[in-house]
Amino acid sequence: MGNNLGISNTDDEEPSSNGTTRRDFLAQITYAGAGLTLVPLLAGTKDILPQAPPPNAETATINLTVNGQKHALNIDERTTLLDALRENLQMTGTKKGCDHGQCGACTVLINGRRVNSCLTFAAMCQGKEIITIEGLAKGDRLHPMQEAFIKHDAFQCGYCTPGQICSAVGLVNEGHVHNDADIHELMSGNICRCGAYQNIVDAIKEVQNIA
Amino acid sequence: MNEIIGKPIDRVDGKLKVSGGATYSAEYFPKNMVYGVLVLSTIPRGRIRNIDTSQAERVKGVVGIMTYKNSMSLHFPQGTDPGSGKYAEKDLLPLQNNRIYYDGQVIAAVMAETFEKAEYAAKLVKVDYETESAIFDLKANISKSYKPSSGGSQLQLKRGDADAAWQNAEVKMEQTYTTPVYHHNAMEPHASVAEWNGDQLMVYDATQAVAGVKSLLASMLGLPPEKVKVVSLYIGGGFGSKGFTWPNPIVTAMAAKMVNCPVKLVLSRQQMFTTAGRRSETIQKIALASNSSGKLTVIKHDTISESSFVDEFVETAGLATSMLYSCPNVEISHSLVRLNKVTPCPTRAPGEAPGTYAIEAAMDELAYQLKMDPIQLRLLNYAEMDEQKQKQFSSKNLKECYQRGADAIGWSQRNPQPRSMRKGNYLVGYGMATATYLANRIASAAKATLYADGHAEILSATQDIGTGTYTIMTQIAAEAFGLPVDRVTVKLGDSDYPRGANSGGSQVTASVGPPIRAAALAVIGKLISLAVSDTASPLHGRKEEDIIADNGRMYLKNHTDRGESYTEVLNRKGLQKLEAQAKTNVSTREPQGSNAVATGGADAAAEEESKTNPAVQEDQNVDRKLYSFHSFGAQFVKVLVDPDLGTVKVDKAVAVMDIGKVLNLKTAKSQIMGGMIFAIGMALLEGTAYDPNNGRVVTRDLAQYLVPVNADMPQFDIQFIDQPDPYISPIGAKGIGEIGITGMTAAIVNAIYHATGKRVRELPVTLDKLI
Ligand code: FES
Ligand code: FES
Repeated sequence: MGNNLGISNTDDEEPSSNGTTRRDFLAQITYAGAGLTLVPLLAGTKDILPQAPPPNAETATINLTVNGQKHALNIDERTTLLDALRENLQMTGTKKGCDHGQCGACTVLINGRRVNSCLTFAAMCQGKEIITIEGLAKGDRLHPMQEAFIKHDAFQCGYCTPGQICSAVGLVNEGHVHNDADIHELMSGNICRCGAYQNIVDAIKEVQNIA
Repeated sequence: MNEIIGKPIDRVDGKLKVSGGATYSAEYFPKNMVYGVLVLSTIPRGRIRNIDTSQAERVKGVVGIMTYKNSMSLHFPQGTDPGSGKYAEKDLLPLQNNRIYYDGQVIAAVMAETFEKAEYAAKLVKVDYETESAIFDLKANISKSYKPSSGGSQLQLKRGDADAAWQNAEVKMEQTYTTPVYHHNAMEPHASVAEWNGDQLMVYDATQAVAGVKSLLASMLGLPPEKVKVVSLYIGGGFGSKGFTWPNPIVTAMAAKMVNCPVKLVLSRQQMFTTAGRRSETIQKIALASNSSGKLTVIKHDTISESSFVDEFVETAGLATSMLYSCPNVEISHSLVRLNKVTPCPTRAPGEAPGTYAIEAAMDELAYQLKMDPIQLRLLNYAEMDEQKQKQFSSKNLKECYQRGADAIGWSQRNPQPRSMRKGNYLVGYGMATATYLANRIASAAKATLYADGHAEILSATQDIGTGTYTIMTQIAAEAFGLPVDRVTVKLGDSDYPRGANSGGSQVTASVGPPIRAAALAVIGKLISLAVSDTASPLHGRKEEDIIADNGRMYLKNHTDRGESYTEVLNRKGLQKLEAQAKTNVSTREPQGSNAVATGGADAAAEEESKTNPAVQEDQNVDRKLYSFHSFGAQFVKVLVDPDLGTVKVDKAVAVMDIGKVLNLKTAKSQIMGGMIFAIGMALLEGTAYDPNNGRVVTRDLAQYLVPVNADMPQFDIQFIDQPDPYISPIGAKGIGEIGITGMTAAIVNAIYHATGKRVRELPVTLDKLI
């Protein structure tokens, strides 16, 4: 493995006086809502972005339990769960589509609930049970949701698929699905640009046993 | 014979894709790899006066920052295939000087040991600009439009005398239709991992053209082609955005050279809005005239679209119009306006997607004006031949598409009067339109190998961008080899393989299927000759044409028990494997034959072998100049519109497609459905907003650029005519990736008019336009 698996304890970046962090800025974008209200924000990007670096980014040892396996990672505190999985653990089954909680490609199950791993710091997940797409099959036997996705052609490029499947498994566990419309609605946080939506619904129906 | 082609088998890469095992380009970790993050310009035009990287450099873990000041020089791409992996902006090679032509242009790359550090440091790069005045609004700059020099004569078409016929016409309809800028937004961001070993370059790149990117990188970096290898095993969708090559793989390779270790560089979703292409805005003026019974006498289709100051791209919205209907007087024109925005590029059904929206909405308007059923109007003006090219269509079963589509949607229940149908509080509308896309085919090559253990392998440097290429090529190969599907492995996405088509223009199936078939047949041909000349074989001395190869066995046509397995022959002969290569030099593009790409000898062996390959020869001997190659289809939709809120729900969508032979009903349906969903976005949701003050993209993420989600889905009914096209190839299949989006947008807009009585001519039809 390369040196991307976490850099040893260093006092990285210099302290800042009062800069706005990237994540503050993102939060502002998110709160701004509809497109055109952003104009003043974007126009002034130069002023909001840090003029001097923000406070130290530390590295920390973070313990993650992924698919039943424990890992101790010495990583940048800013690392999202998504990047910790993909870059540090090199478990690339979980996908990055937007890094902003807007597409669902990064969906994993944390303590059984579906979560956007790009919006979750790895450090927040210590002591929690994380299940990714790599952890759904039992040995060579696929999870019924994985089988159903294949049977119903519920993907094309496959890039949104791990997120869709984790989301679908979470959905079934949540127990709120009573009909097709519920599935359509409750799977709407997972974008599929290839347009496999109807087949995804069919796959979930099969697993849910809805006629 | 065990028929495999046509069967709705599951995707062969399905298991990998559902278990997280399929590796996309960002998912490689060469030793000592570092992370690259791009810095983009924040002004639409001007110069960089100063770029200050000192703060960014001080971030620990940063290993290099590349700007125009310290980057290596690039060569202008030369002699590379314009149709495959073309560099998107010929006059703007990345990081070569301080000029800014649009907002969001690549101006620096920051490399660091972790992604977090690179991203952080990238934010600390300070740029001082000298801003110059810029233009970015198409409508406000129509006066600057010009007729493009690229694209040749086919962009401006004329037959008959449209002006004279217009003067005397009984019924006239003239309207302008507009479409906004659209972004592809494939779910996988553009990503590259580049690694140098001495002067040998290896790049994992998310591309629709591994072979093209290889040639391009070699040419721009000044390397011999054999020094470059490009791999793209799985691609998370492209839709055109990964068809041309954007700066990212080139910058990644330059950066890896500079910092002397492998670099991974992935675009953020925001960056994809300015440095990975887009569909141009269009303004389309359509004029239709007919006699009082509805026979068309004039069709005019004038398109104005955007280009940039660093390259020229034409959204060819009017091309399909020239052959869509029978009409004596036709005029098609395309003009461009150069703007300070990233250059547009092909987007799913380039030309046809916005073009069929405009012409098919206009046909609907004319039908209402004539008080005629819109299907009737289309049948009355049915084109039996391509009247522009004066050629027969290679195949066309469009009448049957209209008929079956009308039945499936329940057209007979439609009260033609606008705003006359209701379901509860909702207004109900029905609409239809014609779908069409080019049936492209270009030169391609493949290699086939049969191994002594009885399994077979195909290699071709094309790629599966999610369309199902791995699966249908496996079916084609399995049938030609006479093997079950699970004994055939198709390997794509590696530029070392014989050159296959780029994944664009819906051409891979038609282009790569035939050489795969021909190469596999050649292997089996060799095997049969081995058997008949071998005294130890039960087939010894038999005529080759009397022998059937199927399910891993060769046997006599009339004595099925008389034969032996493939492995028996190979083992007896002590052969590990039998190989063959094939290249089909066939093109349906205009002018035909000219885009048989010079591959610099790479496929010389395949070409040589193909001279004696009967399957290739027979295929190449078809005189395709006699035909016009298109796919056709009919789209029907039912919409529900809330009269108070103006919200539109597509309730049911029907497509009946005539795309030649269907190779796999399951993946084919998915392809069409995906296209139709793209059209739902185009009609109702999508559109990129630019800040009118500074030309910056405002809707630069997936919360603001809305694409269809699961809750937007109608009920689908997708059907196929499934008649092979006798001229496109021995397989008879045409492409299918793009036609699904065509016509569909118009069908939705036409249904909205039927539901509400409101004709919206500016896409997308958002609720504010309906209340
Ligand atoms: S990557 Fe997390 S929601 Fe898109
Ligand atoms: S399968 Fe491609 S985005 Fe869903």
